[in-house]
Amino acid sequence: MPKSFLVDTTRCTACRGCQLACKEWHDLPANETKQTGTHQNPPDLNPYNYKIVRFREHLDEKGNVVWNFFPDQCRHCVIPICKEVADMAVPGAIVKDERTGAVLVTEKAAQLSEADIKAVIDACPYNIPRLDTKTHLLTKCDMCADRVQAGMLPMCVKTCPTGAMSFGERDEILDLAQKRLDVVKQKHPKAYLAYVRDVSVIYLLAEEKKYYYEYASFM
Amino acid sequence: MTNHWIDIKNSDAVLIIGSNAAEHHPVAFKWIQRAKDNGAVLMHVDPKFSRTSARCDFHVPLRSGTDIAFLGGMVNYIIQNNLYFKEYVVNYTNATFVVGKDYAFQDGLFSGYNPTTRKYDKSKWAFEKNKDGGPVIDTTLKNERCVFNLMRKHYSRYTLKNVSDVTGVSEENLRKVYDAFCATGRPDKAGTILYALGWTQHTVGVQNIRTSTLIQLLLGNIGVAGGGINALRGEPNVQGSTDHALLYNNLPGYIALPLSSWQTLAEFQKANTPVTTLKTSANWWSNRPKYMVSLLKGWFGDAATKENDFCYELLPKGEPGEDYSYMYAMDRTYNGKMRGGFVWGVNPMSSFPNTNKMRTALDNLDWLVCCELHNSETTDNWRRPGVDPKACKTEVFLLPSAHRIEKEGTISNSGRWLQWFDQAVKPAGEGRCFADIVVPLFNRIRELYKTEGGTLPDPILKMHWTEKFDAAEWTRRINGQFWQDTEVNGKLYKRGQQVPAFGVLKDDGSTSSLNWLYAGSWTEEDGNKSKRRNTTQTPMQAKIGLYPNWSWCWPVNRRILYNRASVDVNGKPFNPEKPVIAWQDGKWVGDVPDGPWPPLAMEGGKLPFIMCKDGCAQFYGPGREDGPFPEHYEPAETPLANHPFSKQLVSPVYKFHTTPHDKIALPADPKYPIVLTTYSLTEHWCGGGETRNVPNLLEAEPQLYVEMSHELAEEKGIKNGDGVILESPRGRVEAIAMVTIRIRPFTVMGKTLHLVGMPFFAGWTTPKCGDTTNRLTVTAYDPNTTIPETKVCCVNLRKADKLTEIG
Repeated sequence: MPKSFLVDTTRCTACRGCQLACKEWHDLPANETKQTGTHQNPPDLNPYNYKIVRFREHLDEKGNVVWNFFPDQCRHCVIPICKEVADMAVPGAIVKDERTGAVLVTEKAAQLSEADIKAVIDACPYNIPRLDTKTHLLTKCDMCADRVQAGMLPMCVKTCPTGAMSFGERDEILDLAQKRLDVVKQKHPKAYLAYVRDVSVIYLLAEEKKYYYEYASFM
Repeated sequence: MTNHWIDIKNSDAVLIIGSNAAEHHPVAFKWIQRAKDNGAVLMHVDPKFSRTSARCDFHVPLRSGTDIAFLGGMVNYIIQNNLYFKEYVVNYTNATFVVGKDYAFQDGLFSGYNPTTRKYDKSKWAFEKNKDGGPVIDTTLKNERCVFNLMRKHYSRYTLKNVSDVTGVSEENLRKVYDAFCATGRPDKAGTILYALGWTQHTVGVQNIRTSTLIQLLLGNIGVAGGGINALRGEPNVQGSTDHALLYNNLPGYIALPLSSWQTLAEFQKANTPVTTLKTSANWWSNRPKYMVSLLKGWFGDAATKENDFCYELLPKGEPGEDYSYMYAMDRTYNGKMRGGFVWGVNPMSSFPNTNKMRTALDNLDWLVCCELHNSETTDNWRRPGVDPKACKTEVFLLPSAHRIEKEGTISNSGRWLQWFDQAVKPAGEGRCFADIVVPLFNRIRELYKTEGGTLPDPILKMHWTEKFDAAEWTRRINGQFWQDTEVNGKLYKRGQQVPAFGVLKDDGSTSSLNWLYAGSWTEEDGNKSKRRNTTQTPMQAKIGLYPNWSWCWPVNRRILYNRASVDVNGKPFNPEKPVIAWQDGKWVGDVPDGPWPPLAMEGGKLPFIMCKDGCAQFYGPGREDGPFPEHYEPAETPLANHPFSKQLVSPVYKFHTTPHDKIALPADPKYPIVLTTYSLTEHWCGGGETRNVPNLLEAEPQLYVEMSHELAEEKGIKNGDGVILESPRGRVEAIAMVTIRIRPFTVMGKTLHLVGMPFFAGWTTPKCGDTTNRLTVTAYDPNTTIPETKVCCVNLRKADKLTEIG
């Protein structure tokens, strides 16, 4: 049975424990960043950040402040289009581990041409992969495959203090996601799960994706 | 905390005010979310919309420094609309006590004020006395001078309009919070108030908290599950350090600092042992002499005898009225009255207010010892920007300290739980834990006194000391030990064995305890209870998430303080669904009750507020420096020239200093029209001295910023991300503009008022990140605690042509 995540954004406090823990586990160096008028830093995914929390604010129809947090990461698609595109150039550059559902970049990805890499990046509906120009490898979340194989939780889920992130057998997560959606809908009637059938990382969003991030959801 | 973290889930209404809980307690915030899952309403009242607000049902913006107006309005709302829990108020509080004839309140001043000394004569606020010296009590609440009626009159000025005018909160929003929170005045509902430094760092800090006491007592929310007044402590062990007297004004276990007016132990004990005339009052502090003698015995061991007053005379004595707080210490340093000092566990040259004064003051020291993980703005003050290192005379000794994960020992959390932490890794390099520096240092000093002699060697040489630091040994000593063979309930304890509880501590020298509150934490019977990780509980305890076998909590493992107030006079829980204690078959079940006595209505029954002399919680508190009832005063530096509550604009008794650096802008000074409030954030720890050295944290929050509204930004021609220069009468700071809807202009007294907010994590030793915000903040202090008003000062700001501190 493949694994899945539930990311319940209505419980997220944007503490960024997941963002930092991901870096620590993968031993990724710090980027030199600047304050540009937002807490979102680094401003985007990059070879040293497989996961970042995105911040977006707006006023609702009553004039109340709404501040949404979106812990962004690879969705580990059920049918990963990045893999399909990569396979056309270098078979095995991106693989899907059928046991866990993890979509992984392999060392063969170094053989991808610049055009191939651009094609893979452009193909991702969620704008996830980034090129590490030093290693010429695509970088992204690996579902902490080493931890999961050892029976441990992915580092981001392990770190989350508020219960915004859950991880487990796909059946159980789908069940949990539906239950949480039913609760959240009482206060947020527009809430929905994005996009249950297609991805292993299911986001519970309280309102339309434009209030979170352009690529928060496929549609 | 009166309650504890897990207990927040029992609440029906959570009012977060003076705290940014989600950002500063990100892990514990799950219990607040659990309350929401259970149907509670979550409210955040704070100048800015934060990550906490994002997870609450609603956020209400409040102008910084107006909490008493906001809460005083709620007191008035409760009384005017009869929303209080009358049975609780009449039976368990001093609402029924009659106040003496000398008490008066007129136009913002209480009786007994001396404008020359800026102090009150508190004897004017005394209660009316019976012939036996006890309080005059009117349970009908008809006497016009009973506390309840004086309180009603005092807060009658706190109308929705007046409160709205001053706080900048709309009347609609006031009603929204008041209605939601006051719904917990029913016996079967509970509301909790969560606060932090947002309340303490004001010239009216203590009275901010006092006002919450009024509300929680009116609603019957103290002692119950899901209720309480809960200080979310910042530093992991700040509860422990407070218990163990980190502050200058008390000894471990909340025993007063000896003063020069109490030269003998008998004089000290007489002045510090309250006496009650009420048979129903437990008056627990009547036991204080036992705790004081046991403390002296812990310090001086066999050298402490009855004949020598247990070495009381060896303790240093404070001068009455003298202030030894850190703000005064820095002022003395500024004025050349200190030659050297140890600065440990704090980075004052970044996190103290009016930092330009502090940095100048430190230059006056001949020598300075710092103990740090990293070089900081304090250790390197001598080479700060704009200063010639050769001109600085201070000799600095920098000792490498261990990180908290590099040492073992106990930490007391906000809920008073004592939890043991193991050493995860050995200290890097030559790093040592503080105690492992203090113990050898003190032994060296003892050696010098032994070999060379010196003035008054006794306090040094008679100390019951140790050759080498061992955390377990000191945890045992804190619990306390027998100094002679003693029989307790038929069981013999030998000299040197652990005392089982503070109930056995004596004032005859037969017992020691370095902190009576912690007696019972490490016993012969159960060993080190701070290591307990057992989740067993009774079905009754399970109803409220009470885990009596997980760690240990002071006092005597009581998880909810004043829990006798959670039951009626017959011992029946007010809320049977969430009982804390209950009187069943002649005994208490549930939590450890506040004393073994039966319920109040029974023979030998006691009142619930056992730490108060007369057993009743205090609406009227005649012991504070600034009045028996909280009253709204503007911050020391205010954008207003007047307010509707009285002609007394600012606190008449707040403390301040008078060096050329201690400037305070005039009220409504047009040069400084904008209110600045300061705070921490998730990614950095306080002044940032530790976390700026963690590259991944610096990546997430790299540079100093100032949050401001779109309206102010437009007025000043500032765009998001622009460099900004802020100025107060005390300094100038650079920051990056964060233009946001999370801060909005206030309408105060009919005018638009702008507020900006800044964190204070930045410091010049981290290149390009900016320097401390505290160069702007004010050296004005609460008259009770001397905590500086870092939550409010007045500034002006403009777009920067060029930045030099931020790159």
